[in-house]
Amino acid sequence: MELLSDWLEWSPRLLSGLWVSVQVTALSLLVGIPLGLGLALLSSVKSRVVRILTMIFIEVGRGMPAIVMLQMVYFGLPEFNIVLDSFTATVVALSLTTSAYTSEIIRAGLRAVPDGEIEAADALGIKRLDVMRFIVVPQGFRIALPTLMGFAILILQVSSLAFTLGLPELLSQAYSVGASTFHYLEVLTLAGLMYLVITVPGGWLVENFEKRLSRHLS
Amino acid sequence: MDLFLKILAAVPVTLFVTLVSFAIGALLALPLAAGRRAPYAIVRVLSKAVIDILRGIPPVVFIFILFFGVGSSVIRWDPVVASIMGLGLISAGHLAEIYRGGLLAVPAGQFEASSALGLGRATIFANVIGPQAFRVAIPGMVTWLISLLKDSSIVSTIGVVEIMFVTNQAARSTGEGLLPFVIAGAVYIAIGSPLAALSRWLEKKLSFGRRG
Repeated sequence: MELLSDWLEWSPRLLSGLWVSVQVTALSLLVGIPLGLGLALLSSVKSRVVRILTMIFIEVGRGMPAIVMLQMVYFGLPEFNIVLDSFTATVVALSLTTSAYTSEIIRAGLRAVPDGEIEAADALGIKRLDVMRFIVVPQGFRIALPTLMGFAILILQVSSLAFTLGLPELLSQAYSVGASTFHYLEVLTLAGLMYLVITVPGGWLVENFEKRLSRHLS
Repeated sequence: MDLFLKILAAVPVTLFVTLVSFAIGALLALPLAAGRRAPYAIVRVLSKAVIDILRGIPPVVFIFILFFGVGSSVIRWDPVVASIMGLGLISAGHLAEIYRGGLLAVPAGQFEASSALGLGRATIFANVIGPQAFRVAIPGMVTWLISLLKDSSIVSTIGVVEIMFVTNQAARSTGEGLLPFVIAGAVYIAIGSPLAALSRWLEKKLSFGRRG
């Protein structure tokens, strides 16, 4: 019973932290996914130089741990007189990470659009840009959607690393409650449960969605 | 140069944490994957719940629960031990799902045929289904190893002196904001890239002859 009343007492603070986590996650996806689409398109242009530079950016973004990206943006950029607050720095870093990861997801989606459709569109005399805009990108996105949703859940998890920048997100709030009450186990467990309440049903949703999209295959 | 060597000197700790957690995860994932296919619904549901919890809590939160939570009220443990336990358990959840994918890829006929030959359940799993499932699972396992390598950077937050910890210290003491992180990033990429290439190569090689 004491646990429940403690949890009730800490909830407002933790929920305000969760709200920050959700905000940075949503903003990072909102900025990162369009960037990812841009990178996916750039990685298939004719110019070799552009292609190689894009690939390097993607490999670096995916190969670097998110915590390195976060700290690099927050502690590194001030050297160039770019000082970001922890919220902005988190959004910038997670957007960069998101763009690198989602570019690969979107690229796979675009590749899965049957060649015949592009040929058919070409044969109809539709302009290259319109073929991309109206035929390849919408279908490719649809194919990539379940994987993108799965990635969104992952980014919420990654946002907990913004704790290291002092961003008052869920983990920061839980940790400081722990530090002042010494009930670390209880409060951190509550934080863990709050993440689970989003990630587990989110995972089911993705699974369901995947099944629905591949129904025609079975 | 000095900075580079300092960060490089922490690589063994990162590799140690990564590899030991991976090994623990690879073992613990076996009963979890088996549980997902158990004849009893209650075992299946429980295994799924454990896997969901292990995969659903952010790794840094999970490690905080173990280190600060369990560590302050049940047993006091060394940051390295807590890290390996935490990352090992998380790996078990992810690897169990990778194993499951491998098991699903083995045609049901293989199981039926071995049963028809009168082989025991244990023999079937060890000699017929297991090796085939493993083949399918290997590229996924290598991909998880790369993720784990990167995730191991979070154990710097509880004081394990690995790449990220040393990097942070260097950034603070030298006043060089950017360089230490660039070096750390490069080191992670240098370790991860060959693994990624290996995973792609294995995927090509092991899927050969599996179609149709």
